[in-house]
Amino acid sequence: MMRHLRMRRHCPRQLLDENGLCPLSDLHPGQEAQVSQLCGGHALVNRLVALGFTPGTVVDVLQNYGHGPLIVRVREARLALGRKEAGQVLVKAA
Amino acid sequence: MKIITLQELAQTAAPSLERPAPLVALVGQPNVGKSTVFNALTGGSQYVSNWPGKTSEHKLGMSQHGETALAVVDLPGVYSLTDNSVEERQVRDCLLFDRPDVAVVIANAFTLERDLYLLAEVLALPVKVVLAINMVDMAVQQGVVVEPHVLEAALGLPVVPMVASRGQGIDELLQAVLRMAQPSAVFRPNLPEVRVDHQTVLAQVAQQVENCLPPPYTPHWVALKLLEGDEQITQMVEERLGECWEGVHALLLQHDDAALAVASGRYEWIGRMMRAAVVRPRVGQITLTDRIDRFATHPFWGVLLLGGILGLLFWLTYAIGTPLSNALDQILVQGGGRWAGALLADAPGWVSGLVVHGIISGVGTVLTLLPILLIFFASMGVLEELGYMARAAYVMDRFMHLMGLHGKSFLPLFLGFGCNVPAVMGARIIESPKARLVTILVAPLVPCTARMAVVTMLAPIFFGAQAVFVSWGLVALSMLALIGVGVVLHEGFLGGEHKAFIMELPLYHWPNPRTLAAAVWGRMLDFLKTAGGIILVVSVLLWLFSTYPGGTMETSVLGTLGRFLAPVGRWMGLDWQMMVALLASFVRKENTIPTLAVLYGMGENGVSLASALGSSLAPAAALAFLATQVLFIPCLATLATIRQETGSWRWTGISAGLLLVISLVVGVLIYQGARLLGWGM
Repeated sequence: MMRHLRMRRHCPRQLLDENGLCPLSDLHPGQEAQVSQLCGGHALVNRLVALGFTPGTVVDVLQNYGHGPLIVRVREARLALGRKEAGQVLVKAA
Repeated sequence: MKIITLQELAQTAAPSLERPAPLVALVGQPNVGKSTVFNALTGGSQYVSNWPGKTSEHKLGMSQHGETALAVVDLPGVYSLTDNSVEERQVRDCLLFDRPDVAVVIANAFTLERDLYLLAEVLALPVKVVLAINMVDMAVQQGVVVEPHVLEAALGLPVVPMVASRGQGIDELLQAVLRMAQPSAVFRPNLPEVRVDHQTVLAQVAQQVENCLPPPYTPHWVALKLLEGDEQITQMVEERLGECWEGVHALLLQHDDAALAVASGRYEWIGRMMRAAVVRPRVGQITLTDRIDRFATHPFWGVLLLGGILGLLFWLTYAIGTPLSNALDQILVQGGGRWAGALLADAPGWVSGLVVHGIISGVGTVLTLLPILLIFFASMGVLEELGYMARAAYVMDRFMHLMGLHGKSFLPLFLGFGCNVPAVMGARIIESPKARLVTILVAPLVPCTARMAVVTMLAPIFFGAQAVFVSWGLVALSMLALIGVGVVLHEGFLGGEHKAFIMELPLYHWPNPRTLAAAVWGRMLDFLKTAGGIILVVSVLLWLFSTYPGGTMETSVLGTLGRFLAPVGRWMGLDWQMMVALLASFVRKENTIPTLAVLYGMGENGVSLASALGSSLAPAAALAFLATQVLFIPCLATLATIRQETGSWRWTGISAGLLLVISLVVGVLIYQGARLLGWGM
């Protein structure tokens, strides 16, 4: 799990499927998942990790209507996350 | 500007002290109740000071405690100390360069794990730290129990549990800070480490930069920031190392995922520290916040709820604010004017003119705004403290994306329908300086009550039964202009930059009256001090320009300017009187009507303003006039507030210029367009 933690600017689709990963924005409300990889530039990655999105962390999706921002729970804090940002967080669904 | 240090500033705030008071910096993530702790420590007696050499203002307060005193500085709420925003840089620059004696890191007991991340960051800096865990009562309600002594033993630094809103733990915090402020105090905390696989590279980087760092930077901290990809530090080291930079750069490139290792290391450390000290209930229980959020963040019900809340806010403004404003205007301004006029009956005409029409009317502009501002600031404060503001921003995010702004810009802009002044001040809740500036620049395009009052009075004169549609059309036009300008500013000025939308939704909780009062009072004071002064001075100047030379508006500077603008006016089908009325609306938007009344000589030959205007303007010109008046230069109070909030005359000028150009262009387009369509000749 810890071995393939590389930062990439783009998350290629096929790579996602091979490793059983999917973007956080694809999860349904009530689903739990483990953070596996973060895409995007330094600025976004730094903000996300400071808020607790480190590899292995469990994320809870509280709200996702399939469009617009999501609400997730990370380390007991509720965060509103833009759909684009949620797409940069790759997770392994539990 | 003379650069003074915070210590010097602290001493000027309390000159009676023999020794300089120890300087304490309050650091915390957003939503930890930092302002409440600050107010409890300083008793609300804030000494607001300008940060030396920086544009933003920070609150410095004095805390008297028996024989000793503390100077407390309130730093912006930030999640980390990496250079992602202006605020983060301000916090770490304060800790590095202002050398506070003690930094108090404030954490929320409920989100302790996440909040301790900032503690992990602060511990890497050369400063002594006390940890305050706030809102322990709310955490207990949620079943979370923190054992401060266990945490204290693990961390190796003082830990103080608090309920700052009820004053609990304030004395203990003061004691802990005073003990730590002693030069002899021992401070050997347990420090976080980088994840094992990156410890070697951290040591290598630290060794390579060791000799190039000016104080107070430490090699360890700089190496950490380099691995995290911090722009400011990377640039500084690159400049200082010169040729040797290549080696460091190559190392960093090999480890471009180091930011994750650094952050993971911190969270692993937090996990170890908290293991024995915190008891959590099993997850999955449904809290009150969950239940409220089911509605408050719903795409449909959430918007409806927001609409209801804003409706209530406007009802409050109309039911309480407007009558109060009018009463103040009647009693103080008009009453004061009559009284002063009578008192100065024997004085030269210019004296009573200056006093009555210049000074008293200027003071009146400021005074009559106060009730409305009070209602807006108090409502904003309550919504913010309740935790609702973040939900409103979440619900509106998708709509605001059109302009490249995110949800947080919605509320200030919506407040603009009441008055543009709180709209501009409300933009403070937006963290990104660029997004804040765009919000401030588009805010005056929201038609405020004063402008709509003029439209409501004039539209029936020109358009009779169709006036309602014209009014709605003008609101729609303003919104279109707002979106248009927003999109252009976003694409051109922000370079189409996508601003990441990441925002915490705090647990709902009752507002603390003291924090609320301090926040509202602070904002009112800001307005009075800065904007109030500008409004008064400009009011007097404008009275001069509208009276001299010649003693009448026709011959005055304003009249001359109106005639000078007459060619532009002709493109819109307007005569010079209408141009003067537009210019006069700059002081107060309502001024349009009395100015027109004066210029069209109302009452002199028994002609009412309505029939004078109705007969002198074709519908096309009338429409152009109303559109221009709605979009015209922001009123004086708004411009003064823009100056106060941006701290820049340049942006204030740009704002005025932008609206001047837009309003005139739209006016010309409407008139010429209507003429081409053969309508209203």
